[in-house]
Amino acid sequence: MTGPTPEHPTFRPVADHALLVEFGDIIADEIHAAVLRLDRALTDTPVRGVLEAVPAYASLLVEFDPVLTDHAQLSDALTLLLATATDAPGTQALREVDLCYEGDCAPDMDQVARQTGLSADAVIAAHLAGDYRVCMYGFAPGCAYLAGVLAELRLDRKVAPVRGVAAGAVLIAGPQCLVSTVTMPTGWWRIGASPTPILLPDPARPFLFDVGDRVRFRRIGLDALNAARVDHG
Amino acid sequence: MAEACFRAIFAGPQVTVQDGGRRGMMRFGVPASGAMDRKALAIANVALGNPATAPCIEVSRGGLTLDCLSGRVTVAVAGGGFILDIDGTRGGSWAVFTMAEGRQLTIRPGPWGSWTYLAFAGQIDAPAWLGSRSTHAQSGLGGRRIVTGQDIRIGNTATRDDRAGNIPCPVWARPGQQLHAVPGPQDRFFAPQTMQVLATSVYHLTDACDRMGVRLKGPDLTPLAALGIPSQAIVRGSVQVAGDGVPTVLMSDHQTTGGYPKIATVLADDIDRFAQLRPHDAIRFRMVSADDAVRIARQRLLAFGRYLETLAKRHA
Repeated sequence: MTGPTPEHPTFRPVADHALLVEFGDIIADEIHAAVLRLDRALTDTPVRGVLEAVPAYASLLVEFDPVLTDHAQLSDALTLLLATATDAPGTQALREVDLCYEGDCAPDMDQVARQTGLSADAVIAAHLAGDYRVCMYGFAPGCAYLAGVLAELRLDRKVAPVRGVAAGAVLIAGPQCLVSTVTMPTGWWRIGASPTPILLPDPARPFLFDVGDRVRFRRIGLDALNAARVDHG
Repeated sequence: MAEACFRAIFAGPQVTVQDGGRRGMMRFGVPASGAMDRKALAIANVALGNPATAPCIEVSRGGLTLDCLSGRVTVAVAGGGFILDIDGTRGGSWAVFTMAEGRQLTIRPGPWGSWTYLAFAGQIDAPAWLGSRSTHAQSGLGGRRIVTGQDIRIGNTATRDDRAGNIPCPVWARPGQQLHAVPGPQDRFFAPQTMQVLATSVYHLTDACDRMGVRLKGPDLTPLAALGIPSQAIVRGSVQVAGDGVPTVLMSDHQTTGGYPKIATVLADDIDRFAQLRPHDAIRFRMVSADDAVRIARQRLLAFGRYLETLAKRHA
């Protein structure tokens, strides 16, 4: 049995109201690019009955109105759309996120340094040097999974999650990085804190990132962090 | 503009403002939320002449007591077999009546059901977020949780005594022990015998149930291997199985993505009936093909549409 590929996705029915389009079963750039290609094509060319599309690492979930279409019709429509979709990355926005690595902002810095065999300064330099892309959202509103952590910083999760990690924590695990938006338990390594709002008060653009955006971290000191926190309430 | 004000003299846990849901935001990590029993919310609204997806107060088995501090407004209660107590007069849910200054309404659990909906002929004052007044409990964004001592303002109130009386409770609004489900999307991670176990066994709801999901108890459904799959989108009704072989049915406030395999997905309409079950109740999964699932969905949406149409015309 051959699995799904970016060229030949698998369409899997989900109950009576969705279709899961799988382009692969691992986390890889070319697979995620195929997810984004179909997602963009659906935005540009609406398909009858489609209500919502949810991109993830290797799949796109397409929710539909069962009165207007069904799994087979939608599979055909999406196959057709994929055949004509171009790889044009569109305007891939670059988002900047401020980040403080000092003191209490980075309770796991010593552990991360020890496990990677780097100095704290080298951990910070490696984190800033990553090439981050927004792959998907999950866990909580505005919680964006960024891929692109450099190889030397990739660590397995902690054995046991830590409870009550505050919003704005910058966390890493494996090739992934995220900025938390709610208080949550997490087994990821906490190496910084960010004051940059991800949930925005603008109804036209309620979140800082779109899936597919590039992200650059900008180092700030404790004073700047505290000042920004006061500004953003 | 006429207004009414209520005070929550008592509010149990998990009493929140909910509407038809916040659609189109899953891509940003935001689930639809909205009523646990979407049809009951629509019925309470339509019984008053409101749009079907208007905000209501979703009352849990914890119950709710409201004093009407000022004003006058007609209300409807639908969903579950709850008990209403209006100034000492007891009756069942599925009713339309008018609340006025000085009156007290208590909603408490009755013979069946887990959620009931209190709709107002007017607008509940609660913050909207991303186009919806549904409460997202985890983040505290949108709508609001109703807590003891809280005041609730209703704007643009109307008195609709012409609509007062009972609302017919259809059989399909009662709790459902049989859940139609389509296998997958990760059924391939389970042995054929395990799929057979899912299709033929009795499962029970446990006390681990809230607006995010309901953990079940029953025969083991351990996947073939602890296969790591890249996180992917989840829907309301997904039956996800953690490494311990225990299935959880995901509900309105589910996380939008996850990496556990989903052995099956329950039809949207059956989730309303499932939501009205209580811990320790028994269920069975009835596996159907995707084509049959769509056929069932269309039949039921048609029947529900007809019911709402009749209800909207009643007393009007």
